[in-house]
Amino acid sequence: MTEELKIVYERPHALTEAITHYCPGCTHGIIHRLVAEVMDEMGITERTIGVASVGCSVFSYNYFNCDFASAAHGRAPAMATGIKRVHPDRMVFTYQGDGDLAAIGTGEIIHAAARGENITVIFVNNAIYGMTGGQMAPTSLPGMKTTSSTRGRDTKTTGFPLKMSEMLATIEGAAYVVRRSVHDPGHINRTRKAIRTAFEIQQKGLGFSIVEILSACPVNWGMTPTDALHYVEHDMVKYFPLGDFKVADTVKALSRG
Amino acid sequence: MTKELWKGNEAIAEACVRGGLEAYFGYPITPQTELLEYLSWRMPDLGRAFLQAESELAAINMVYGAAAAGARTMTSSSSPGVSLMQEGLSYIAASNVPMVMVDMMRGGPGLGNLAPTQADYFQLVKGGGHGDYHPIVLAPSSVQEAADMAYASFDLADRYRTIVIIAADGNIGQMMEPVEMPVMRELVPRDRGWELTGNVGRPRRVIHSLNLSPVEMAKINALIQDKQRLIGANEVRYAERYAEGCDLLVVAFGSAARIAQTAIRQAREAGLNVGLFRPISLYPFPSERLAALAARTRKMLVFELNAGQMLEDVRLATGSSAPIEFFGRMGGVMPLPDEVLEAIQLAMPGPRTNGVYAPKRVAPIGLN
Repeated sequence: MTEELKIVYERPHALTEAITHYCPGCTHGIIHRLVAEVMDEMGITERTIGVASVGCSVFSYNYFNCDFASAAHGRAPAMATGIKRVHPDRMVFTYQGDGDLAAIGTGEIIHAAARGENITVIFVNNAIYGMTGGQMAPTSLPGMKTTSSTRGRDTKTTGFPLKMSEMLATIEGAAYVVRRSVHDPGHINRTRKAIRTAFEIQQKGLGFSIVEILSACPVNWGMTPTDALHYVEHDMVKYFPLGDFKVADTVKALSRG
Repeated sequence: MTKELWKGNEAIAEACVRGGLEAYFGYPITPQTELLEYLSWRMPDLGRAFLQAESELAAINMVYGAAAAGARTMTSSSSPGVSLMQEGLSYIAASNVPMVMVDMMRGGPGLGNLAPTQADYFQLVKGGGHGDYHPIVLAPSSVQEAADMAYASFDLADRYRTIVIIAADGNIGQMMEPVEMPVMRELVPRDRGWELTGNVGRPRRVIHSLNLSPVEMAKINALIQDKQRLIGANEVRYAERYAEGCDLLVVAFGSAARIAQTAIRQAREAGLNVGLFRPISLYPFPSERLAALAARTRKMLVFELNAGQMLEDVRLATGSSAPIEFFGRMGGVMPLPDEVLEAIQLAMPGPRTNGVYAPKRVAPIGLN
């Protein structure tokens, strides 16, 4: 009797076979996979154009199996706008970190949302500048020790972390603004559902969608990967609560996460 | 074909539309805003993409996206806005993506003023964005010429996968002149092998400008340099009048050349052997032709609406062939022909040593 071997787990087709450069314990790998699984499920890979940003994920254009553009720091939403306006029937998404989106790119993300630009933004928030070696970010928590806040973030001189989801949720053009986390399997699943919802919103032409995902950075936080996930679960979530900040009426029917 | 009266900004906009413009992204800034305003209704009427961005920074990056996606796309701005766009131009140049930009130059530096200048020469021709690259830079001196350049600019950009900049002093955008509009082109879908359109039935493509390996980066740069050499060999443009063997060769572009033309006519009527050399392509600079003329003239007078920018390229091109003087006006001040005539008179070379020719000092001709 021959047994049929069933594939229960494999690399998503929307990911290339390139070996990623991410650090051990970095959750970029998980998030890339979630986006790719959604692309596979929806069968949209070949009609998707991604826009990479500048940060640890700058090479995302090597990891996803679709057409990709590489934007200047912070400008991905503008570049995505240009692409979507000339190819309205393609799926267009950006993949940005917190330095890219919440520092230099604040203008571009706000206006893409304001225009109700029909794109999807995957916003990976690890509260630090990873690529350049661990400097303070606009999203760094008060007291957080980084290479440019060696005595801990002083709110008197550097202010408080920016809560991008809360801010973007006030914009009428934004159809779906949610914050998720990937610190354990349950939350990973809910993040995946949110990404799926966001892409469906784009597919149905319902407006601007963004999924903010709390992410771990063990190397620059100076922690083990496990401790880093605990930091996300216990410390980051206190400042960046998980939840749905904006779900437009037209979207409510789709939302499953 | 009939001529109609067109305002420069609008003529350029309409000519771009007829030349196949598919997507426009811009931001209001005087003195080019009419170009954006015109396209804000003209493009949607034709079902083409138009967006007023939130800044020049955003606009150039939208252009980058649309251009990477294969659309014929452009932006327009003025000097301070162009400064903002330089980052984007560098990225676009690095990824060999074609696009068109119109710069209506105004007073600077800084916020400057709204008056016309030619003070962006350095930032357009010499770079402005980081890295080794040069956009093609064309300088019109009439609304008709600007419209013709605009119409042909997309093909030109496509031919080399490069940036084409129409560098006009603010005059050109604001004045109204008779224009014969070119014929509307049909938009033709294309696949030239690099556009980001979704990899249906083909390998995926990436448009990027990051090359961590210095060896790889050198190769990319070498390709860009090869392209520049080809452009230099094929795309030189200039015009000249009475230039061969003149005693004084005035070198000017754009509106300065037009003012100079009037002054030169008056000077010649008074017996002065003055000629005009008008670079039309500021990059590639018409060095060869200028060098040949410099060898056959006794002196050159460079006239620009700036503190002396093209002046440096004139020096580079002509070496010590003939002495060079400079007459410039900064801050957006537009000289009248009589000022330029006076400069010509003052610059005229002295009597020849063989005693054959001794120019007279001509009194400035009044406005009558």
